[in-house]
Amino acid sequence: MALLEINNLHAYYGNIHALKGISLTVEEGEIVSLIGGNGAGKTTTLRSISGLIPPKPGAITLGGEDLSQYKAHHLVGKGVAMVPEGRGVFAKLTVLENLEMGAFHRTDKEGIASDLEKIYKLFPRLAERKKQLAGTMSGGEQQMLAMGRAMMSRPNLLLLDEPSMGLAPVLVEAIFDTVTEINKTGTTVLLVEQNAHMALQVAHRGYVLQTGAIVLSDSAKELQRNPMVQKAYLGIE
Amino acid sequence: MSQRFKEIDFIGVFLWVFRAVIIVLVIYGTVAKLFLGVGNTYTVEIWVDFLISGLSQGSLYALIALGYTMVYGILFMINFAHGEFFMSGAITSTVLVAAYLSASGFMDSQPVISLLVITAVAITTSISVALLTERIAYRPLRRAPRLVPLITAIGASFFWQYFFRGLFGSALIPFPVPEALQGRWTILGLEFLRTRVVVMATTIIALVSLYLFIQRTKTGKAIRAVAEDKDVAALMGINVDRTVSITFAIGAAMAGVAGVLWGLVFRQVHFYMGFVPGIKAFTAAVFGGIGSIPGAALGGLLLGVIEAVGPPLFLEGLGIAGAHQLKDVIAFTMLVLVLIFRPQGLIGEKLAEKKA
Ligand SMILES: Nc1ncnc2c1ncn2[C@@H]1O[C@H](COP(=O)(O)OP(=O)(O)OP(=O)(O)O)[C@@H](O)[C@H]1O
Ligand SMILES: [Mg+2]
Repeated sequence: MALLEINNLHAYYGNIHALKGISLTVEEGEIVSLIGGNGAGKTTTLRSISGLIPPKPGAITLGGEDLSQYKAHHLVGKGVAMVPEGRGVFAKLTVLENLEMGAFHRTDKEGIASDLEKIYKLFPRLAERKKQLAGTMSGGEQQMLAMGRAMMSRPNLLLLDEPSMGLAPVLVEAIFDTVTEINKTGTTVLLVEQNAHMALQVAHRGYVLQTGAIVLSDSAKELQRNPMVQKAYLGIE
Repeated sequence: MSQRFKEIDFIGVFLWVFRAVIIVLVIYGTVAKLFLGVGNTYTVEIWVDFLISGLSQGSLYALIALGYTMVYGILFMINFAHGEFFMSGAITSTVLVAAYLSASGFMDSQPVISLLVITAVAITTSISVALLTERIAYRPLRRAPRLVPLITAIGASFFWQYFFRGLFGSALIPFPVPEALQGRWTILGLEFLRTRVVVMATTIIALVSLYLFIQRTKTGKAIRAVAEDKDVAALMGINVDRTVSITFAIGAAMAGVAGVLWGLVFRQVHFYMGFVPGIKAFTAAVFGGIGSIPGAALGGLLLGVIEAVGPPLFLEGLGIAGAHQLKDVIAFTMLVLVLIFRPQGLIGEKLAEKKA
């Protein structure tokens, strides 16, 4: 059984039909990339999974359990964590407080403390800036913070919404290296990206989303070789 | 294009003149009072008394202002029913508890226990009224345009006024002050009305506890997280609706405490008593910077002091008779001035431009 299974999911914003019946699966331990251009519906897909958009019954299951019965704030307890588009750090909270918010639903003090140390090892910059207000950090640092915060919930499934957005190429490499590292420690990743080049490099499998519908799905290697993907998303003529 | 420029220019000049006139009046009145001997002459002791009564009144404004500022901070909504949260606690605890404790003599023999019980009842009432209002009147409108909850708040305010008028009548109800708090104490060579000392001490304790609660506790951090971004807060596992309710409850608890203190100072309560203090406290919150907790405290204290010291100082200096009756004019002039010239308040973000 797949860890995450989306079946014929629709989403609407008023009259706008943003997702027109998409289906996808993410197996335990995988990195799956969902690539697509502006307005394709990538963010909408992630927001639907995490319960921020009113769910349609039965469309999304996690480990076989229907997610539509839960509200957004229950999802983290089910092992789902999300790094939202634009990072979504709490600007007026300190770095440490942001990380604590990631562990909000947890009560195991020692576990939280040891996870905090792990996050500081993964992102040493965050350790140096513990007391700094998150809003005063650079874009790259905020991305690390948002990822660290999500990891503080010990997720089974990590949803990443365009982690490379607005970052310098070196930082993008570093972020994707971290994604691979996080995945190796046993966290399944669903990665949404416009940066198809990097996304397909780290992923095992991928889906291509176009105006609310999935038009292609394959292994990441095959997608990298696909002429349509090369033309539309990899800038190869 | 040129037409528009002229218009803006005209308003700009008008505002500039308006500001200059106010500044000149205040300075002229103050100088006339202090150096030219216009109006009554007051001894230093009397000035100190004005200051202390201003600080004590300002403490009450500060306590009530916290509710406005916290709700605005988390929902970007001005809860005009907040004055009624204050009134409901004061009037209910007076009629149901204080009157009996006083009549039985328990209040004079055990003033501390009595006041604690009265305050507990006031807080409970204010919190209940606030939670009901939030749940029934505001929560369904969370995603409505901003004018809608504002109008609803005004409706809720009327509802609670007439609800409590129906329960307890429209007469002034005396608030019994225990013997131990009648008269004055001498502290550091200064004479203080005992009730005012209680007001200021309680306010300091309440403000410090609130500040520590918001900064240090998990719930306090959740409140700050929800204030910044409700969706992301929910992703963290924070129950947003519950956090909003807690915020309303905390503001209402402060208003309940203020209600009892108000009773101690003014010795009476009334179903309509929430209206003017509510607007004054709103003024204080805007003055300090709405959304900011230290801002509400600072705004409240400053408003109290300006109201108390302003009339004898610059209004009498301008030769205005019965100046002390004009303190409300000062408060509302200040509200207008702040809204025009410094909408973000002393500490804080702009009222209109903060994200919705
Ligand atoms: N809050 C909203 N209200 C109305 N329409 C929306 C809203 N959010 C998204 N949409 C529309 O839904 C469609 C999908 O948007 P979505 O944000 O999911 O795209 P995306 O793939 O994440 O794009 P991007 O790469 O630019 O972030 C778009 O047409 C967008 O205009
Ligand atoms: Mg997006």
